[in-house]
Amino acid sequence: MSFQLLLNVIIAFTWMFLRGIWTLPSFIIGFFWGAVLLFVFRRFFHRRFYLYKVYAIIKLLFIFIRELFKANIAVTKDVLRPKLNIQPAIFAMPTRLESEWEITILSLLITLTPGTLVMDVSDDNSTIYIHAINTDDIDDIITDIQQTFEKAIMEVSR
Amino acid sequence: MNVISEIIVGALVLIGSLLTVVTMIGLIRLPDTYTRSHAASKSATLGVLFILVGCLLYFWIETGHISARLILAIVFVFITSPIAGHLLGRAAYYSGVPLSDKTVRDDLKTKQQKKLTHHE
Repeated sequence: MSFQLLLNVIIAFTWMFLRGIWTLPSFIIGFFWGAVLLFVFRRFFHRRFYLYKVYAIIKLLFIFIRELFKANIAVTKDVLRPKLNIQPAIFAMPTRLESEWEITILSLLITLTPGTLVMDVSDDNSTIYIHAINTDDIDDIITDIQQTFEKAIMEVSR
Repeated sequence: MNVISEIIVGALVLIGSLLTVVTMIGLIRLPDTYTRSHAASKSATLGVLFILVGCLLYFWIETGHISARLILAIVFVFITSPIAGHLLGRAAYYSGVPLSDKTVRDDLKTKQQKKLTHHE
């Protein structure tokens, strides 16, 4: 991704040189045509066209914000209920993610998910230990994490 | 500053303060370190974020000045606060802070025991 982005910036600068206009709008126009050019020549790179990745990152950001709001509604409900009925538990969740930064992002997301908190990551990065505030829906939580978060993160790193 | 923006800014700051109050109630009511960490790492984050966004909007509308430092603060709080919650929980677990009686399952214990026997 970074190589394609650098190439795109260089094309934008080339455009500015060709036009002889050194302004921000000129740079933006050059950047746009550079993106079009890279899209046309996308089969010569062995990674995907990089704007797909930018789109995946933006999607991940929106998931972050949505989960933060959901988590807060859940915590508020749990805390303000007249009778506390919580059932904390620590459970293990297998993960398919491999590199360090993917696991970090996943842990951040899990910590912001309603009712879960990352306690530890196993030494071989294959299991994440999660503290949940309510046990009755552990399976739901696991499938939810794997369906939405892991998929969104893999979308970025693919 | 017109009425609509006044209402929006006021609501943002008020919601942020209320969430912070919820965090405090959670810290008092919940039974053990880990469940308290839940309340502290989530509600406090969003509470502070709401107040900062309200502040940003206020100065934007009132003086036409977008404070880049407030935006940076929002990003930093958003990234660092969950990690603080995680580290507190982890440190508490490995220094032997007990879980509350209501806890029904503990997978991390088996991992730790496996490690101990492995070392011996």
